[in-house]
Amino acid sequence: MSADRQKVASVPSQRSKDQFLELYRQMVLIRRFEERAAEAYTQGKIGGFLHLAIGEEPANVGVMAALRSDDDVFTHYRSHGQALARGMDPKAVMAELFGRATGVSKGRGGSMHLASLEHHFWGGYAIVGGHIPMAVGMAVAHQYTGSDRVVVCIFGDGAVNTGAFHEALNMAGVWRLPIVFVVSNNLYGMGTAINRSSAVTEVYKRAAAYNMPGVRANGNDVLETEATVREAVEKARAGEGPSLVELMTYRFRGHSMADPELYRSKEEVEQWKARDPIAAFRRRLEEEGIATAAEFEAIDRRVAETVDEAVRFANESPEPDPATLFDHVYVNP
Amino acid sequence: MNTSRKLTMARAISEAIAQEIERDDRVFVMGEDVGIYGGIFSATAGLYEKFGPEQVMDTPISETGFIGAALGLAMEGMRPIVELMFVDFFGVCMDQIYNHIAKNIYFSGGNVRVPLVLMTATGGGYNDAGQHSQCLWGTFAHLPGLKVVIPSTPFDAKGLMISAIRDDNPVIYMFHKGLMGLGWMTLIKDTTGPVPEEPYTIPFGRADIKREGNDVTIISVSMGVYQSLEAAKELERAGISAEVIDLRTLVPLDRETIAESVKKTRRVLVVDEDYLSYGMTGEIAATVMELAFDYLDAPVKRLAVPDVPIPYSRPLEQFVLPSAPKIVEAVKELLYS
Repeated sequence: MSADRQKVASVPSQRSKDQFLELYRQMVLIRRFEERAAEAYTQGKIGGFLHLAIGEEPANVGVMAALRSDDDVFTHYRSHGQALARGMDPKAVMAELFGRATGVSKGRGGSMHLASLEHHFWGGYAIVGGHIPMAVGMAVAHQYTGSDRVVVCIFGDGAVNTGAFHEALNMAGVWRLPIVFVVSNNLYGMGTAINRSSAVTEVYKRAAAYNMPGVRANGNDVLETEATVREAVEKARAGEGPSLVELMTYRFRGHSMADPELYRSKEEVEQWKARDPIAAFRRRLEEEGIATAAEFEAIDRRVAETVDEAVRFANESPEPDPATLFDHVYVNP
Repeated sequence: MNTSRKLTMARAISEAIAQEIERDDRVFVMGEDVGIYGGIFSATAGLYEKFGPEQVMDTPISETGFIGAALGLAMEGMRPIVELMFVDFFGVCMDQIYNHIAKNIYFSGGNVRVPLVLMTATGGGYNDAGQHSQCLWGTFAHLPGLKVVIPSTPFDAKGLMISAIRDDNPVIYMFHKGLMGLGWMTLIKDTTGPVPEEPYTIPFGRADIKREGNDVTIISVSMGVYQSLEAAKELERAGISAEVIDLRTLVPLDRETIAESVKKTRRVLVVDEDYLSYGMTGEIAATVMELAFDYLDAPVKRLAVPDVPIPYSRPLEQFVLPSAPKIVEAVKELLYS
């Protein structure tokens, strides 16, 4: 851990100003996008539950920043932020939330099932832990074909007590696959605190059971997240096998829009909000003289326009035609 | 096609897989003991020796893990054949099958392809009790997104396997242990059948009339087809001409062939080694009602496993499973009562 920390501390000097501002832009985009999605949800425009990642933006953005564009991403149902950070079009993502024909999955999947092949974003999945085995399978394919692509599989702390987690990590360990498992530890599996559900609450330590390295990083620090994930990804790319990366983070909103949040105190949430990771990142860049308030405000304005446009696009997009109902149950011949 | 050569169903399946691997190196076999062991029912015998561990992969006993992994392989353009050793083990991995494999094409708006074959062993009749003797094809056919393939002869087994491997959709391929022609467990007299050497395909959704007849239509799959053909011989001696239809695939289902046959014979018996309620026999009966009701001379008759777990005891197990004598009896009731 201490070696990693030193490396992370030196990161800012290695990055260009544009790169820092892009990380900021992505985090703000996720924040504004999800705030508008929440609004649309309360207006009845978005169905189901809607799981927001507000507060977890650095963990979303840092992971994607560490990947090559042809690396493969599998993730869970709290995935709007990851999809946006991966470069998916906010219009098509918002349209999918609205269930429209123009959505990334043509209105078949909704908020929890965003997928875009051109972004090697293989989907959000709504069964806790259920996607971990298929991520392992894609890594088997890369190993078989000799590809140097790496698979990254993201899940929450709630997923680590499923059988799928154990089976998948064991296989990755046995076969030394090019995969990085990223657990986004926001301290709660729905409403159950991790110390009430896990015998070992330091998830990264479980890596020992699968003969792979486990590391923990501050998921609320986008640079530390990126550096930690990058190291694991490059290790996998070099044929040195899988890793488990635990990103410590916190969600500001409930598990879903329908969550009364009886399991944690308002004070706890307020304490985390006071340390808002986006604001902290911005402050740090300003203090280090990397960017000015005016530059951040310009980004904020641009993001607001992007999100407005996404909502407008989703609103104006057609609902799927019932005549297309049976499309995509099977691959069309 | 030259059909003078005879093979067991196990050999027909492993030959189909071998020929497809030779044709396309994206074809990939994985499962518990499919490699060095050769598959518990020999469906993958000889493949490990021929193609090595890179392409014929032994897995841990982790059905959720490796069946889910097969989905990841398929999404990446590989064509995995993954074996679920006994279909009864579906319970530990049904999330992968029902919620992931069968739905991923849909969730991607049709962008993802899932060329995956889930091969599995079905059937009872050898006293293996309730967690190793089920058929369960009705359970899988109930779900949108999977194709369900059930061979009854070595010839069909090879052609349907090649079609399954070349299909871009997930296919569950369900062979019957008792039809495989294994020396250590066989439930049939003719353990081999004609199988052409060259690769060939059999289209899905086309039932095969295994025997033509005029007085009654017997519809079945798998071991039930074999038993129905035995029964048809016996019925012929009694002056009854039975038509035997092998559905071969439950999804897609060849409803047209069913309806055409019923219009000719006016009487239907459906034989199924799967459970009676909410299953294949009910679906066929409903199909006949919808498409050929006016032609029926008698209600559709069903012979299937009553709604009990498959018992271990020999007499109890034989009591619940369909058989040629029970089919003969059921046809006679259908015709004369």
